[in-house]
Amino acid sequence: MATQHSRTAARLMISPAVILLFLWMIVPLAMTLYFSFLRYNLLMPGMEEWAGFSNYRYFLTDPAFFTALRNTLVLVAGVLMITVTGGILLALLLDQPMWGQGIVRILVIAPFFVMPTVSALVWTNMFMNPVNGLFAHAAKAMGLQPYDFLAQSPLLSITLIVAWQWLPFATLILLTALQSLDREQMEAAAMDGAGPLSRFIYITVPHLSRSITVVILIQTIFLLSVFAEILVTTNGGPGTASTTLTYLVYVQSMLQFDVGGGAAGGIVAVILANIVAIFLMRMIGRNLDA
Amino acid sequence: MPDMARKTTSARKATVTALAWTVGFLIFFPVLWTFLTSFKTEGEAIAAPPSFLFFDWTVENYLTVNERSDYPRHFWNSVVISVGSTLLGVLIAIPAAWSLAFVPGRRTRDVLMWMLSTKMMPAVGVLVPMYLIFRDTGLLDTKSGLVGVLTLVNLPIIVWMLYTYFKEIPAEILEAARMDGASLRSEIIYVLAPMAVPGIASTILLNIILAWNEAFWTLNLAAAKAAPLTAFIASYSSPEGLFYAKLSAASTMAIAPILILGWFSQKQLVRGLTFGAVK
Repeated sequence: MATQHSRTAARLMISPAVILLFLWMIVPLAMTLYFSFLRYNLLMPGMEEWAGFSNYRYFLTDPAFFTALRNTLVLVAGVLMITVTGGILLALLLDQPMWGQGIVRILVIAPFFVMPTVSALVWTNMFMNPVNGLFAHAAKAMGLQPYDFLAQSPLLSITLIVAWQWLPFATLILLTALQSLDREQMEAAAMDGAGPLSRFIYITVPHLSRSITVVILIQTIFLLSVFAEILVTTNGGPGTASTTLTYLVYVQSMLQFDVGGGAAGGIVAVILANIVAIFLMRMIGRNLDA
Repeated sequence: MPDMARKTTSARKATVTALAWTVGFLIFFPVLWTFLTSFKTEGEAIAAPPSFLFFDWTVENYLTVNERSDYPRHFWNSVVISVGSTLLGVLIAIPAAWSLAFVPGRRTRDVLMWMLSTKMMPAVGVLVPMYLIFRDTGLLDTKSGLVGVLTLVNLPIIVWMLYTYFKEIPAEILEAARMDGASLRSEIIYVLAPMAVPGIASTILLNIILAWNEAFWTLNLAAAKAAPLTAFIASYSSPEGLFYAKLSAASTMAIAPILILGWFSQKQLVRGLTFGAVK
């Protein structure tokens, strides 16, 4: 049993991590909140003045905000759909007996280790480029007009690139979950005459539901902050066609030097992320208790 | 009968194998294509129809990238930032994970959940103040600044990972050591550490990978001097002339070390990134 002595020691030992994380969470966030009520542009230092809610009013009524909000949702939902569906299918495939499973696993997991700037640049230039990309070569070889992915469907192109990066993650987690499935239960169901489809629906899916929740939760956290892929491919354009909330705040604060407006956008992003986080934490909490 | 059954299974196994290898190859293809293109001349890199293996292999691009863009410095920055932030994080996280795992209290679960929640704060929410703090303290474009930020960014994951590993060490062993009169310090150094080494090692590995590929803070807080490979590669987004082969060479060098580390750590990856929820 833990003694009073060890409790004190434990408190001492956990405090550096807790204090650091607390400061990391509270100090910059409080500054963002403060800046969001100021008229503050880096190009005009010393001109800061109280602005009330006007930054929020400008940010929330800016048409770019609604585009960015919609783009963020489309990007996150699109990537989640592709990676979860693809991940389930791939995990089911990789769970079958085969030759060289270890090597296939290694091939499938590789995209996850590729840094975002590399995967974005390789995809946009060497695959999606309308003149020299492999897709353009393939289209021309088949007598079709090459498609300009980034100009014509910028958001879809970014969604595909990000999905390629995250598919291995979903696959690996779902495969791990599949491998912990009770074989005897499966065999018993098969003995009782359950076909492959009903075995999948009534045994595999319920077994996977918890891991699917985990995949959705963790990917959403990371996907809400997708940044580098947009920066090096479209710069949020054409226009604001591929600007997400994260990118919009970046443009406002780092390119237009509008600290006040950027901070207001940052607070809006934090609030939205927290809504998702609460919703998802509750989901994962329920799954943990079950 | 058993003979026929075996035949259908091996036919099925062959089909599954063919399908899985095809899908695996397609997913891996962009990486392979980057690797192959890095050995082409710029002309061959954009040739139609593209050649896959039968071109004049050259290492010219690697030499050019190394000379022209000061590649080794960016590589070194990546090493310092990812390894530095990971080691610092582990140093802070080991005692914290120790107390969460072995001296659990009423609030242990809350503390863990709270740490996880700090990971959910979008980075862009604190971009402005972080930029200003860095500018005013002279940390902008320094390796130590990035080490600090990435330590804080990954600290929750490190604590969680270590916690799930420590949790599996039977507490009785520690109690026995305590009974034998071991001090807290020697309890950690001589009893806990040897058993925890594999867990600590995989935590370190995974976090080096995450820090190496981190591309929000590195792109926003380091422009030149301290820029790691993520930022260096981003400079290829405004190309001049033919650059596919050079981009490929730079990319191959940037991802190769981490790809190799990653393949070794794939088993721990699941556990680390799901905060122990899937093992």
